[in-house]
Amino acid sequence: MFKILNYCFFDLIRGRWIFIYFSFYLLLGFGILFLNNDISNAVITLMNIIIFIAPLIASLFGVTYYYASKEFTELLLAQPVKRKSIVLGQYLGVSISLSLCLILGLGIPFIIYGAIKSPDIWDFSLLLIIGCFLTLIFTSISFNFAIVNDNKLKGFGYTVLIWLFLAVIYDGVLLILLIILKEYPLDKLSLFGIMLNPIDLSRTLMILKLDISALLGYTGAVFKMFFGTFLGIISSSLILIIWTILPIFSMIYKINKKDF
Amino acid sequence: MIQIKGLYKKFNKKIVLNGIDLNIPQGSLFGILGPNGSGKTTLLKTILGMVIPNQGKISILGSNILKSSSYRNNISYLPQAANFPPNLRVNELFSLISDIRGNLINYSRLIEKFKLSPFLNEKTNTLSGGTKQKINIALAFMFNSPLIILDEPTSGLDPISLIQLKKLIQTEKDKGKTILITSHIMSFIEEVSNEIIFLLEGKIYLQGKINEIKLKAKSSKKGIDSYLTDFEYAIASKLKDKNV
Repeated sequence: MFKILNYCFFDLIRGRWIFIYFSFYLLLGFGILFLNNDISNAVITLMNIIIFIAPLIASLFGVTYYYASKEFTELLLAQPVKRKSIVLGQYLGVSISLSLCLILGLGIPFIIYGAIKSPDIWDFSLLLIIGCFLTLIFTSISFNFAIVNDNKLKGFGYTVLIWLFLAVIYDGVLLILLIILKEYPLDKLSLFGIMLNPIDLSRTLMILKLDISALLGYTGAVFKMFFGTFLGIISSSLILIIWTILPIFSMIYKINKKDF
Repeated sequence: MIQIKGLYKKFNKKIVLNGIDLNIPQGSLFGILGPNGSGKTTLLKTILGMVIPNQGKISILGSNILKSSSYRNNISYLPQAANFPPNLRVNELFSLISDIRGNLINYSRLIEKFKLSPFLNEKTNTLSGGTKQKINIALAFMFNSPLIILDEPTSGLDPISLIQLKKLIQTEKDKGKTILITSHIMSFIEEVSNEIIFLLEGKIYLQGKINEIKLKAKSSKKGIDSYLTDFEYAIASKLKDKNV
């Protein structure tokens, strides 16, 4: 697996798209930090962007990479390596290089700005961790769709739909549900709803960490009570980890059943 | 060397392999022929474990291959289409595969034979289709494996490389290796192999030595016998019988 991870990583970081993605974060980091002149504001702005962009790019990149390397994967399959090692190597190659773009692309401007010594460094670190989680999650989701669909258009379509659903539609559905059920106590439901969606969960974690949960009103207070506790932190991290691991397992299951 | 029993494979509703029984002894060279979609590549891919059969058993060198990956140490494979990671250099590609497999034997000889040394430091996305195919061939013959599987090895090759390929196949055959080749080009198969398997609609329609098949075709009393002097016509006559 590590040999394949290694080649995949080096193949990718020499590619144009990874460089463009890295430059995007670099420019974004510099732009927002130096225009905002306030680190915690910058973190909020960055969060709003990362929460959409990281999953989208991970999805698109994952699908593209899988399809583009399909013929080489077939060559690898004829070698004495397990299917699991090939797909995991490629998956980790893609997600690690994308995560590195995020970490370095935003990290460099922060270091140059001198944010290391500021108290906001923890907020910033959480932002990067969340970005990496989202990258891991959405890369594996996209691999799942690409493995199942030999038709590239379908693979792309489903992946983008899932992103659209989790990033945009889900919130709307949740909101409508909350309005319909407004007669009932809804704290638990909304808490549950948010925890099921990795993008919502990341956003909520970030907002709570930034201490701007007052913006969320009463619900914010409920969330703070929950997420602020030991149980809240543990359960939300656990859910993010489950979101990361489950698609990986399903990916391995699917690759073992696939005909090439 | 390879024993296949009752191999059956269906893609969606299409039956691609329909009960294949095959026994390939060590040291033999089989050409696998058949019209498009007859199941040639699928047969090779099931042997390689890339396609999982619905029914049937395949054993290579006495051990069942299902759910195993280490048996592929004994197989060299040349796939139909060659496409490599675009940003890797050619020598990195070679070292990746040899990292996975070890026991590299013919590296420098093959590089020289196919005149690949000027390309070793180039990225694979700058190479032409023919050069990629040469690299593919080099990758397949680099290892000392007792079974060699070549899927359409002639595609995109220039005449000189084609001669080199034929020589390579001959040398490996002389070493007592088992070789399976699919090709659309009958004259190529006729030249390099002495036995053929003819697949039709997922079944082995015909199997045997080329000379014997030619003789049989000659003696048959069908309308076009006078033309059946050559192998292609022999196969064509078989197809005609079947009304394909």
